[in-house]
Amino acid sequence: MKALILVGGFGTRLRPLTLTLPKPLVEFANKPMIVHQIEALAAAGVTDIVLAVNYRPEIMEKALAEYSEKFGVNIVMSVESEPLGTAGPLKLAEEILSKDDTPFFVLNSDVTCEFPFKQLAEFHKAHGDEGTIVVTKVEEPSKYGVVVHKPNHASRIDRFVEKPVEFVGNRINAGLYILNTSVLSRIEKNRPTSIEQETFPAIVREGQLHSFDLEGFWMDIGQPKDFLTGTCLYLSSLAKNSPKQLASPSESFVHGGNVMIDPSAKIGKNCRIGPNVVIGKGVVIGDGVRLQRCTLLPGSKVKDHAWVKSTIVGWNSSVGKWARLENVTVLGDDVTIGDEIYVNGGSVLPHKSIKANVEIPAIIM
Amino acid sequence: MSLQIPLREKANGAGKDTKAVILVGGPSRGTRFRPLSLDVPKPLFDVAGHPIIWHCLTAIAKVPSIQEVVMIGYYDESVFRDFIRESAHEFPNLPIKYLREYQALGTAGGLYHFRDAILKGRPERIFVLNSDVCCSFPLNEMAKLFDDKDAEAVILGTRVSEDAATNFGCIVSDAHSRRVLHYVEKPESRISNLINCGVYLFSVEAIFPSIKTAIKRRSERPRLLSYPSSENLENSFMADDDEDRSKQVLRLEQDVLSDLADSKQFFVYETKDFWRQIKTAGSAVPANALYLQKAHQSGSTELAKPSANIIPPVFIHPTATVDPTAKLGPNVSVGPRVVIGAGVRVKETIVLEDSEIKHDACVLYSIIGWNSRVGAWARVEGTPTPVTSHTTSIVKNGVKVQSITILGKECGVGDEVRVQNCVCLPFKELKRDVTNEVIM
Repeated sequence: MKALILVGGFGTRLRPLTLTLPKPLVEFANKPMIVHQIEALAAAGVTDIVLAVNYRPEIMEKALAEYSEKFGVNIVMSVESEPLGTAGPLKLAEEILSKDDTPFFVLNSDVTCEFPFKQLAEFHKAHGDEGTIVVTKVEEPSKYGVVVHKPNHASRIDRFVEKPVEFVGNRINAGLYILNTSVLSRIEKNRPTSIEQETFPAIVREGQLHSFDLEGFWMDIGQPKDFLTGTCLYLSSLAKNSPKQLASPSESFVHGGNVMIDPSAKIGKNCRIGPNVVIGKGVVIGDGVRLQRCTLLPGSKVKDHAWVKSTIVGWNSSVGKWARLENVTVLGDDVTIGDEIYVNGGSVLPHKSIKANVEIPAIIM
Repeated sequence: MSLQIPLREKANGAGKDTKAVILVGGPSRGTRFRPLSLDVPKPLFDVAGHPIIWHCLTAIAKVPSIQEVVMIGYYDESVFRDFIRESAHEFPNLPIKYLREYQALGTAGGLYHFRDAILKGRPERIFVLNSDVCCSFPLNEMAKLFDDKDAEAVILGTRVSEDAATNFGCIVSDAHSRRVLHYVEKPESRISNLINCGVYLFSVEAIFPSIKTAIKRRSERPRLLSYPSSENLENSFMADDDEDRSKQVLRLEQDVLSDLADSKQFFVYETKDFWRQIKTAGSAVPANALYLQKAHQSGSTELAKPSANIIPPVFIHPTATVDPTAKLGPNVSVGPRVVIGAGVRVKETIVLEDSEIKHDACVLYSIIGWNSRVGAWARVEGTPTPVTSHTTSIVKNGVKVQSITILGKECGVGDEVRVQNCVCLPFKELKRDVTNEVIM
């Protein structure tokens, strides 16, 4: 089977992290975001993966070669020279996607969930129609495009309602699809096309599009606030399904569970860590540190007695003694936060040294 | 009169011809020292490990010619009883007594009211110190100038920024002779940046007649306008004129000093050393810092020994318990029976008696009230003000807030809670983060 991952542009929403690494390579729960998807696709029997990008950083090439070998899949980058929307990249990759008659997966690279590719493929095969989109239930459907089913049918889609004012349903497009190769012939070459607004409605009109209910969590992690929320959801899911990947709750410093620690990280004495904390490769945590709802990216350091909450600490950054970071603070690569400094919702660009409090949310250039 | 000065020197030689008067005020003053003055009279509030007036006393004790110290105020007698008893041990050669005004008479009115008690023992000169200033009290230097100039009055002056000067009494002096040419309390326009420090040395023969003249003039021709005495800075226009006049309040600053400048041998000793008012509760933090620095520079053995975790100057009361992993200083005073846990950080802060700071908490630019508790990983934080600043409020987002965070008596800050630029009245529990608030 084949898959196409819509990566898109520079990931500006995830700056300052994406000033250092392309978004797919930013570690989410200690694995590059794209690896979560490649791993799940490979496990579902996918052999060919296309990354639809609109720029081609060298570092991506290297990383992809590595993943290709590790997971035994072919990975190619398909670069659009001009923006083609969400459907155009499929047409651009037509050669690979249509190399055999099996259906292909399409997914947005910003999404985290339990990726049920196997069940999705089985469901798609069972109904035999042209496409299946994964839907997730949300509490406030009025902010999204809502999927409405045919009367008396559990999965066949009748229409999409963009930002409904009245309640018509609570299932929204989760950004994961499985499509037959015939869909490619519905997309024009070299014209920016929206898969959601043009391609899908066309398939719906022929009664050929179904929905598949997603079990468990779903989150678009394309910006820091959601990245942190998505981390909480992902870690909670691991606690249920794969607790071995998390630090044992019997560890003296673990507080409230959902703590993931890379084996190479060092933890000081008398720390209180958790819930919802990810500690990356080579991270050093001092004594008496309090961490909650945060991600510490590889090579970062949190010094003694610091207090960190709702924060992403960038690669090789350092948080000073008795510093306090909170309210969606994001430190880019190699940022230094001085001792005793308070940062409230600061977005700090790489290589900055912060020596005075940041008391209201601000971007530190 | 000038003939009498050599006579006096001959007659007294190295004798004790000087008294010191400390003006301590009363409970209805010093409201801006709330919430701390709700529990302790301001003159007895500990900075750098000792009550504010103890610092005045130590300076007075260094003047060889002092006969006696007289404290004048309108607190109840019992308020200073323990302090006077303890001081008698500490300064055995310095008789101290407290004279209580039954109504606020003003700084000059109080002096005049107790003139008989002050003049008893026939002192030639009296020092007058306002208790709410923090400075090095260069009293011997003032006395030397007094002698050198055959002065009738010497005032301690200091230079402040042009902007700040109009909040104080301003002195115009002759640069060469140091004679005071003009004195005006809180002028509307800029007159001079040499200001009144609230410390004076008067010849008894000059000061009492001058006060008497002022009283006489007052009763004949009441002043149209009167400002509250050394209640400088933030609220200079308290509407107590009528009340004060009816009570015959008479102040040195408004009612006497400008006359002295006109007619007497009035000189200014300009100190280059530190000087700050202790008005608001927050101003205790810079005062604490200045007195600690002074103790540190003079090699005081009271202070904690510098180490990796003690950045001098730090005062730790012998009965306090400080975990060796806690990092303290600079400019920290830790009171009796205080408990400071592991990995705590305290900087530019006064920690008062019986309070506790739990492990990994961080306390900066704050005052932790008696019996208060700061939770683990809590952060209690004020904002530093510039060294040269004479105010303790800052403007944040267009709103004036206290720069120093103050917890009153028996307050509690929950684990991991952050409190910044807040004033918290006694007996409050802070369970959520608060900034820029007064918590009733």
